[in-house]
Amino acid sequence: MAKTIEEINERISRGEAVVVTAEEIIGLVEKKGVEETAATVDMVTTGTFGPMCSSGAFINLGHAQPRIRVHRAWLNDVPAYSGIAAVDVYIGATEVAVHDPLNEVFPGEFRYGGGHVIEDLVAGRKVHLRAESYGTDCYPGRHWEKDISLADLKDAWLFNPRNAYQNYNVAVNLSDRVIYTYMGVLRPNLGNANYCSAGQLSPLLNDPLFRTIGIGTRIFLGGGVGYVAWHGTQHNTEVPRTERGAPTRPAGTIAVIGDLRGMNPRYLTGYSMLGYGVSLAVGIGIPIPVLDEEVVRAAAVRDEELLAPVVDYSVDYPQGTGRILGEVSYAQLRSGSIVVDGKEVPTASLSSYSRAREIAETLKEWIREGRFLLACPAELLPCAPRDKGVS
Amino acid sequence: MVRHKIVLHFPHEQVDKPIVSKLVRDYGLDFNILKASITPREEGLLVLELTGKESDYERGVQYLRDCGVSIQPLSQDIRRNEERCTHCGACLAVCPTDALRLDRDTMQVAFEQAECIACELCVKACPPRAMEIHY
Ligand code: SF4
Ligand code: SF4
Repeated sequence: MAKTIEEINERISRGEAVVVTAEEIIGLVEKKGVEETAATVDMVTTGTFGPMCSSGAFINLGHAQPRIRVHRAWLNDVPAYSGIAAVDVYIGATEVAVHDPLNEVFPGEFRYGGGHVIEDLVAGRKVHLRAESYGTDCYPGRHWEKDISLADLKDAWLFNPRNAYQNYNVAVNLSDRVIYTYMGVLRPNLGNANYCSAGQLSPLLNDPLFRTIGIGTRIFLGGGVGYVAWHGTQHNTEVPRTERGAPTRPAGTIAVIGDLRGMNPRYLTGYSMLGYGVSLAVGIGIPIPVLDEEVVRAAAVRDEELLAPVVDYSVDYPQGTGRILGEVSYAQLRSGSIVVDGKEVPTASLSSYSRAREIAETLKEWIREGRFLLACPAELLPCAPRDKGVS
Repeated sequence: MVRHKIVLHFPHEQVDKPIVSKLVRDYGLDFNILKASITPREEGLLVLELTGKESDYERGVQYLRDCGVSIQPLSQDIRRNEERCTHCGACLAVCPTDALRLDRDTMQVAFEQAECIACELCVKACPPRAMEIHY
């Protein structure tokens, strides 16, 4: 029995929609089967919260008097890209504050950067703007300083070119020294294994073939409302998959956009990765409309069935050898240890499962209260195996 | 049984003497070295966690004083800023004790200060910098 997004929206508006999280649907399908679940449930909510480096915000600063064509700009001493129109800038999550010692004293601490600027703005804190220019006839200003806050900015949108990676590497260290990576601190000789995905709760792992997610899909973004703008950079769907279609390598990604106003620092948090740099932890939740049984089958996926590749970050990742040490399931990862090369290795996560759960629950509440309707995607995201009819 | 964390300053001439092993042999105290270093002037600094019977602990500490070692309680404390902790779990990879633990039901990371030996490894490894040093 197929449903349409319009039908589901009508049920949301009437307060009748049946919404469950991507965790809850697992038990439901076990108990009632796919067919009955598809008939009764309208929507599955997902969630993820973790560092997503390919993030940033477009900001329009408003005009100064006299006008200035901002040529260089800094927000709390973090450089913002200003090679666009006069007072538009883009603050990237991984940009580091000027004068940061970087990795000169190794491992660098990277205390403050673009991710923190975005968090400060969303938290309502003042951020110091400094801008310089060379002066033109129409824009004579050469220097501009002031404190800005989200409330008085003309526009401020989060626009992240690559978020919510569908599956990711498990990082280990085969060398005999500690290494400091974007996947966290990795102790020598397989001292620990770090992973970064919410597994069975993760948005793109619940719609592995992009049968519902597309351009214009309305989502939970950073505590507010956002949209899928496009597929993300490095989006790649031609990867090995499990029998049920879940990619066993990093695969699809999404580009997302949303108004910073209405977002919440709890779901948009500046991160400092020791010895690596700064980043932004982003909370994303995507509602998956139960259009048919296929959607239910995919969304009922369990951590036991989701596999991630184990990769050495001392040589293989930096050198791009492509070697994989093995595959482990998210159930094993979440159990606290995995086995690599016959050795038991304790696991740690960079992605917060508890906050992913919180996001899926929040989105469920929004939908139940009728505050959040589904948007019909203008076009589904590219997915080669879907188009070839693999299911 | 008592457990105390203390900071020991060894004078230059005592640095290479087996003072600490004597604590085990003669006073039955268990020790855990939290930090050990030698300053540029060749004085020794040792942060120890001592566990044992109260009376043995008192006698052991007296022995250290008699050797010319100065003793201070460890006043530095690691605390977690609950507002900032995102419960990611990155700290679990570095914590050498059971102070940071994942509750597998809630998937939240619990911080048990009593188990913390103030090694500070989590402080910089925590991405939102939720683990703070207080003096
Ligand atoms: S690394 Fe920091 S934020 Fe993550 S669980 Fe540990 S204390 Fe909390
Ligand atoms: S300082 Fe941090 S890493 Fe060290 S024992 Fe305490 S909680 Fe664990």
